[in-house]
Amino acid sequence: MIPLSWLLLLSAVLFALGVVGVLVRRNALVIFMSIELMLNAANLAFVAFARHLNSLDGQVFVFFVMTVAAAEVAVGLAIIVNLFRLRETVFVDEINLLKG
Amino acid sequence: MPDAPLIWLIPALPLAAVLLNLAFGDRLGRRGVGALACGAVGVSFVWSVLSVLRLAALPVDHRAIVEPVYTWMRVGDLSVDVSFLLDPLSAVMALVVTGVGFLIHVYSTGYMAHDPDVRRYFLYLNLFMFSMLTLVLADGFLLLFVGWEGVGLCSYLLIGFWYERPAAAEAGKKAFIVNRIGDFGFLLGLFTLFAATGTLQFQRLFAVAPQLLPAGGAVVTAATLLLFLGATGKSAQIPLFTWLPDAMEGPTPVSALIHAATMVTAGVYMVARTHVLFQLAPVSLEVVAWVGGATALFAATIGLAQNDIKRVLAYSTVSQLGYMFLACGVGAFAAGIFHLMTHAFFKALLFLGAGSVIHALSNEQDLRRMGGLGPRLPWTHATMLVATLAIAGIPPFAGFFSKDEILSGAFASGHRALWVLGLAGAALTAFYMFRLYVLTFRGSSRLTPEAEHHVHESPPAMIVPLFVLAVLSLVGGLVGPPLVEGGHPFARWLAPVFAGGHGGDAAGHAVPVATEGLLIALSVLAAVAGIAFAFRAYLWSPATATRLRERLSGLYALLSHKYWVDELYDAVAVRPVHGTAQAFWRFWDTRVVDGIVNGVGYAFEGASAILRLFQTGFVGTYALFFTLGVVALLLHFLRH
Repeated sequence: MIPLSWLLLLSAVLFALGVVGVLVRRNALVIFMSIELMLNAANLAFVAFARHLNSLDGQVFVFFVMTVAAAEVAVGLAIIVNLFRLRETVFVDEINLLKG
Repeated sequence: MPDAPLIWLIPALPLAAVLLNLAFGDRLGRRGVGALACGAVGVSFVWSVLSVLRLAALPVDHRAIVEPVYTWMRVGDLSVDVSFLLDPLSAVMALVVTGVGFLIHVYSTGYMAHDPDVRRYFLYLNLFMFSMLTLVLADGFLLLFVGWEGVGLCSYLLIGFWYERPAAAEAGKKAFIVNRIGDFGFLLGLFTLFAATGTLQFQRLFAVAPQLLPAGGAVVTAATLLLFLGATGKSAQIPLFTWLPDAMEGPTPVSALIHAATMVTAGVYMVARTHVLFQLAPVSLEVVAWVGGATALFAATIGLAQNDIKRVLAYSTVSQLGYMFLACGVGAFAAGIFHLMTHAFFKALLFLGAGSVIHALSNEQDLRRMGGLGPRLPWTHATMLVATLAIAGIPPFAGFFSKDEILSGAFASGHRALWVLGLAGAALTAFYMFRLYVLTFRGSSRLTPEAEHHVHESPPAMIVPLFVLAVLSLVGGLVGPPLVEGGHPFARWLAPVFAGGHGGDAAGHAVPVATEGLLIALSVLAAVAGIAFAFRAYLWSPATATRLRERLSGLYALLSHKYWVDELYDAVAVRPVHGTAQAFWRFWDTRVVDGIVNGVGYAFEGASAILRLFQTGFVGTYALFFTLGVVALLLHFLRH
């Protein structure tokens, strides 16, 4: 039986990797993957607590998160594809038309 | 004829034509819009005749049909109705306006046949008819003022009809602005009257005026003088006459209709309509008489030295309007209205004849490049001669009767000096009108070669109205023969309107018949002398005119430059106003107003300079701020 603290530690590490990925990478697709990583880190924490507390609530939350994540991927990828068609790039630092 | 009088149809018909022209004018074609405009005014004329016959069938004391149409506004105790009044005075005006108006509409179909914008022309012309008929048929100052402003607007639009010509656009603006000055006085007069009596409906006002306004008092004097200021603007009297000669930039039928026969007489009509008030203010009447007499002579002298055929006629109009005011001022209101009617006939004819000449000469207006046109334009020549004799006051033409009545009215009321002014004006009128006639139709041709080629008599659409007006100028005066005891038919027709006042047109017949006969002989003599001198100076021995011009070169310069009145107004009024406006624009507008507006903008721009640094446009930066924000929140909550 793996202790809760290990699972939470893994979840925290994955989440931090996701945050760093969002902040430092230029490619919109990689940023997108990093966001997914953060979501799944949160999912991991949910299931860990669910097992620890012997409750199904956390597992149900995970299903919700996965559903929302799936929808978000659909919309987000559509935006990125369109962005690429329009600007022929997916590097976010080249997409700065709104700069004041 | 239905039971209700339906007076409102008279102005409504031209308005209906305006709306139809607006809606379907582009589908009607050139002939269609002309037919629509003429038809509406023609039916309006027929309806006026029927209405007047109905009025005439009433007993003399009841000859005033008031027809409320609807309540315009109701504010507290004040209720303003749109209602029309048909009495002998407005009947004369309605007949003159629709009758002469109809002839000029028909004439216009010929005159404007080659103009590309004929639809807009008839639109404005019908709108004018609507406004003018509203003005003369209104049963209250407010509705009259609506018509008053409406005709002013149409005058502006039609003077500037050929707006691509800078002179026409300028003349339109000048007419409008000068009229605004008069209207300002008119409005103040209305306010004064309303404050003093609480009503602007004519019949109520005239009924209460003698009780509420002490005769000769300051209030009624101020009110009538302010009203008269409005009249001087609309009817081109001293000091506001300068716009009328410039108004000749408009199409000639417009000059005939608006700036000779109808609109410019609105001031005379208004003074006659409000004679009850004017008779309460003897000072105002005196002012009216003197302004009229002075204008009559002043404008006539300017007319002596003008070379543009239409300008001569314009100054003659100013002068004749002066006679009408002179008549009103000495209390001979019926004589003034009589002259208004005959003047509408012969002055419309003169302008239309001049238009026919201008049309024949391919837009030549300078008398010095005319001459010898008599045999080549026989119809125009014959009708113009009738009109010229009429305005000169030769019996039995129309102008003789009305002008004579005015002069004898002035004489009878004791204004001998005004009578002398009028007589001198009459002699000058005869002279400058025959100068115009001789220079145009007699002598040898001075035409430019290209004009020479194209000389042609005008089409029937133009000649027939000339002919009808010539008949009217010939017989129109016979409704008011002089030397009739108890007043002539025209005066008796108007008597119910003017009977309320003291004096009235009885003044015109207060002189013994022998004296009146002598006065008539004198004025005819003056006219004949003027005519004879014109023939001598311009036909029989042209050297006379040249010699006279050289000997009196100072006087000639004064007259040909119109006494430098325009220059004087320019220096005294136009430039100072313009300069002040410029100064205000440069300081107040560009510095203060624009300064505040731009200052607000600059202030925000400066304040945002630091905040703007955060908006890098890089998604990474935003994500970083977002993350930092989340971390800060987390720390905040974890601490507690």
